[in-house]
Amino acid sequence: MAEYKLLTKDFGADALQTLRGYEKVGGYQGLREAFKKFTPETLVAEVKTSNIRGRGGAGFPTGMKWSFLPKDVFPRYLCCNADESEPGCFKDRYLIDESPHQLIEGLLIASYALQVNTSFIYIRGEYHDQRLLLERAVEEARAGGYIGRNILGSGFDCEVIVHGGAGAYICGEETALIESLEGLRGQPRLKPPFPAVKGLYGQPTVVNNVETLCNLPHIVLRGGEWFKALGTEKSAGTRVFCCSGHIDRPGNYEMQLGTPIRELLDEECGGIWQGRTLKAFQPGGGSMQVLLPQHLDLPLDMNAVQEAGSSLGAGAMIFMDETTCLVDVSMRLVDFYRHESCGKCVPCREGTYFESELMHRLESGHATRAELASLTDICSNMDGRCFCPLGDTATWFVMSAYKYFRDEFEAHCGAGRCPVRAQATALVA
Amino acid sequence: MTLQAETRSAIERARDRYPRARSAILPALWAVQHEQGLITPDAMTEIAGILQVTPSDVEAVSTFYSMYFQRPHGRHEVIVCINVSCALRGAEEIVDHLERSLACASGETTADGAFTWSSTVECLGGCGGAPTMQVDHHFQENLTPERVDQILGALRSTPTPHEEANVQSGGVAGGSADAQKARRRGVPATTGPAPTEPPNAASEAESTEATTPKEPAPSATTGPGTKKRPRRPGKGAQ
Ligand SMILES: Cc1cc2nc3c(=O)[nH]c(=O)nc-3n(C[C@H](O)[C@H](O)[C@H](O)COP(=O)(O)O)c2cc1C
Ligand code: SF4
Ligand code: FES
Repeated sequence: MAEYKLLTKDFGADALQTLRGYEKVGGYQGLREAFKKFTPETLVAEVKTSNIRGRGGAGFPTGMKWSFLPKDVFPRYLCCNADESEPGCFKDRYLIDESPHQLIEGLLIASYALQVNTSFIYIRGEYHDQRLLLERAVEEARAGGYIGRNILGSGFDCEVIVHGGAGAYICGEETALIESLEGLRGQPRLKPPFPAVKGLYGQPTVVNNVETLCNLPHIVLRGGEWFKALGTEKSAGTRVFCCSGHIDRPGNYEMQLGTPIRELLDEECGGIWQGRTLKAFQPGGGSMQVLLPQHLDLPLDMNAVQEAGSSLGAGAMIFMDETTCLVDVSMRLVDFYRHESCGKCVPCREGTYFESELMHRLESGHATRAELASLTDICSNMDGRCFCPLGDTATWFVMSAYKYFRDEFEAHCGAGRCPVRAQATALVA
Repeated sequence: MTLQAETRSAIERARDRYPRARSAILPALWAVQHEQGLITPDAMTEIAGILQVTPSDVEAVSTFYSMYFQRPHGRHEVIVCINVSCALRGAEEIVDHLERSLACASGETTADGAFTWSSTVECLGGCGGAPTMQVDHHFQENLTPERVDQILGALRSTPTPHEEANVQSGGVAGGSADAQKARRRGVPATTGPAPTEPPNAASEAESTEATTPKEPAPSATTGPGTKKRPRRPGKGAQ
């Protein structure tokens, strides 16, 4: 089974980034249909029927999240999460680059369903060109009558504000994103109350990922039942997978959920590069646990991958060939969490520091076996004890790699250098 | 007052757009950094005045986010990703090359003031085009040492970077049709020549596309044998 293109169907079409180009391929018909066919309540119900789950990482059912908003409390806010900073992820950037209006249309459909009159797109600071593209698209959409007062004569008003971040991964966490939007340091808030009850400016707020919102025009046009039938029972629809690492053709591929991972690797990514073999891969992005070649037959299904001990997370797939040192990979990820820890809670702030110090000593071959043994202690003092998931996930990859590649970790102890790398050099020499 | 009238009015516009003025702190800091190249205490006091918050509110925010500078930087900003996807495809070689050719360490500025460069563990969102860097906020992907030389060489004599001045002013359209075709799946299809013209504010979005590779060049791959000892995290590490 090749790619199944729902969101990416028209990508590459002429001038798709402009309003006219987007309208030419049927753009904003979903919004028109939403006004014509649905009330806000029936639209929420339709999204529930579709069974779509969030594409931002946690996979929470979108319709259910929407129905948590308390009745009759206004104003409400919607935030599109375009902070995409998970290592290995570049799909939201792709969706924005290729079709900014698809995202805006999805955002407006969600705003109508939730009766939100001010929506935000929180985009990471590094996506500077993407922010400009979105700002331009918002202006065009406003001029076209899709944003502002009495949109398309529906009586519904909605403003859209594009908000640029400034380099903080933690602002992708929904409560930190809200803090950042309020003009504060991006540190997570205690939950409950959940954003649906008390979010931005203390009002009911929904945070949804870029890709989640991009699905909405298609759900409206084709119907919730149609969408539900796509993919698997527990994972409806398609997802855009960001494939990188040691493969022939890195890039984004939109796959129907349920397709075996092997097909994504062999048919779309062109297999492992340079005729080498797969050693390990990481589905879901930097936060998720490592998987092995034996897991390639798993379907791209959120529950199936979870049962295998990892997660589809934010849709990244990082493939590693036989020359890869898993200690080196773990060290880089741990460094990332150390760098991005917001400093609010001790287990994460201190834990990522100790983890990182240890991994550097280990990778350079200077750690002792006793030090390596302390890795498990450090991590168990973090996982489940941190204020937000960042600190927990800072342990997931390294602990899974330690479990599957224990020999490799131990071979580093006292070796004076990285043994895997020394061997890999011989291999390619 | 230290800020130019244009910057002040950009901040006022941002303030008026949000439901609450305080939300405009991030856009205000961007406007200031665009004008002055860094965030000074005076400017923070002025932002605080416009937004009706205290200067320490502004300072607390500006020091949290890694993209705001508290000290002067070179004319151009070069940031190289060393997270996993980039490392698997030779980021260390690019880092070593920058260190040698710019003759300064990560986090430092070249003697002629042209570049401040750093390696970062913060994945830039260009993993499909790894190894990846950003130069003045524009993606440069599928890097090789030769391509890095071309890109930096073309910028060395350019006086100023070019950030988007206006806060939500509506930028410029998303690049030429040709450049659009060159980009597939969020990844530049091929590697190619560096920019010959400096980007400028008027054609900001196009300029990314101008630097988007179009012609094939040698492959960016590096075997693991060329990997060097891993480096400590870049900017802002504890
Ligand atoms: C540390 C951390 C970083 C996150 N980063 C992102 C992100 O960049 N983009 C995103 O959509 N969700 C991110 N999330 C998940 C969000 O908190 C939230 O669940 C998501 O935006 C909800 O959208 P969805 O229901 O459409 O998936 C992050 C979560 C955590 C804990
Ligand atoms: S777990 Fe880390 S990122 Fe999350 S609140 Fe604690 S210190 Fe901040
Ligand atoms: S790992 Fe380098 S850009 Fe993502």
